[in-house]
Amino acid sequence: MIRVALPYHLRNLANVGSEVQLLVTGEVTVQSILDAMEERYPMLAGTIRDHDTKQRRPFLRFYACGEDLSLASPDTRLPDKVIAGEEPFLVIGAVAGG
Amino acid sequence: MTAIRVLVGTKKGAFILASDAKRAKWEVDGPFFAGWEVYHMKGSPADPDRIYASQSSGWFGQIVQRSDDGGKTWFQPGFKPGETTTTPEGMPVSESNKFAYDTTEKGKALTTHQWYDGTQHPWEFKRVWHMEPSMTDANTVYAGVEDAALFKSTDGGSSWQELSALRGHRTGSLWAPGAGGMAVHTIIEDQKNPQRIYIAISSAGAFRTNDGGKTWKPINKGLSSQYIPDPAAEVGHCVHRIAMHPSRPEVLFMQKHWDVMRSDDAGESWYEISGNLPSDFGFVVDVHAHEPNTVYVIPIKSDSEHFPPEGKLRVYRSRKGGNEWEALTKGLPQKDCYVNILRDAMAVDKLDPCGIYFGTTGGQVYGSSDGGDNWKPIVQNLPSVYSVEVQAIP
Repeated sequence: MIRVALPYHLRNLANVGSEVQLLVTGEVTVQSILDAMEERYPMLAGTIRDHDTKQRRPFLRFYACGEDLSLASPDTRLPDKVIAGEEPFLVIGAVAGG
Repeated sequence: MTAIRVLVGTKKGAFILASDAKRAKWEVDGPFFAGWEVYHMKGSPADPDRIYASQSSGWFGQIVQRSDDGGKTWFQPGFKPGETTTTPEGMPVSESNKFAYDTTEKGKALTTHQWYDGTQHPWEFKRVWHMEPSMTDANTVYAGVEDAALFKSTDGGSSWQELSALRGHRTGSLWAPGAGGMAVHTIIEDQKNPQRIYIAISSAGAFRTNDGGKTWKPINKGLSSQYIPDPAAEVGHCVHRIAMHPSRPEVLFMQKHWDVMRSDDAGESWYEISGNLPSDFGFVVDVHAHEPNTVYVIPIKSDSEHFPPEGKLRVYRSRKGGNEWEALTKGLPQKDCYVNILRDAMAVDKLDPCGIYFGTTGGQVYGSSDGGDNWKPIVQNLPSVYSVEVQAIP
């Protein structure tokens, strides 16, 4: 199972805890994780990426194993530790305030 | 006994203020959607327990919320606990936050609008500013959005279709945003003629459809705006708010960027009724529930200084349909008050005597249960208030 950590407000929307576990079939990539996430939690569709273009919302970033994956191709294979469920895939919101 | 619910949208969540018909003691419920901007929420006239709310965030975009029990519980339409959220094919049954612009007429006004610098700019959905439930069907609701477009849902907010003839009007490519963006913020249905709808856009102006949204007509004759190259242009006016009494749908009152205006012919022409107001700049305008000629505005000093003139928070009432205004001050701060009252932040209830409510950017919601003669703060320390609506529950 793939572990995904969500920001506070998205956890509330989906009514989940700090991490969700997802079954991802095929290659584990940013796209396949978000596809699985939106299938399991359809109320999150449109909140992380655009409904149609699938473009990441500008105030959000993706991280895993200390790497910034925000600008990586959505088809990039994620680190082994994420695939093994040892490390979470992180969806991070820009820090609010000054 | 009749109960009153005041629905308050704020910068950091929504609140519901409840009272009995005396409107003397209030209970405050909330925050709902804490931490999110709630531009607007409004109850259905057809089913008062049905309330729609626009919840949005710079981080996560748009969410539509709905309550079927008068605001006790909320859900994203299509995702109610216990309801199926996906089709047998695995597709989501609801896309309640998907506002897809119609682009079928590429090359016409539907592709771009005017940007601040005069260049053309693609239409981009940002958020829902205003929800207007149908007068007759609880599952039908209109959404006025930024960038300026009108959407309609007939399935209780689960899915939305653009009424694209508005944005596709031949003037659409000329519409431009003001500093606060470019949004459909006012949607008024004509109770006597459901095919007739008025909308207003900052800063394009007012428009009317007589055929349920298939065609639209700019209704800005008589408006004069010194901040645009042609002050009497067909479009480009920064209309802040329009109000109508349901018994007299051809009479409209408008608070424009500057000037308080009136039309007696369904928007075909407008004339100024600012009269003796201390400033004719402002955002809100509303009409008494039982006196179609009694109008309320809250003057703001200027477009550069968004607070009451002289630091005195005054509601102005005209009992003559404009021009002659009286200041209503009892219970309102008359010194050192520098809040603003945004365009969707005033509402009237239908009780007798009529109740008037408004919210401020300082987080106060004031109410009057006697048509504006006396005011009291219902709450004083909410986040900045974006919108106020009121329901009288039998």
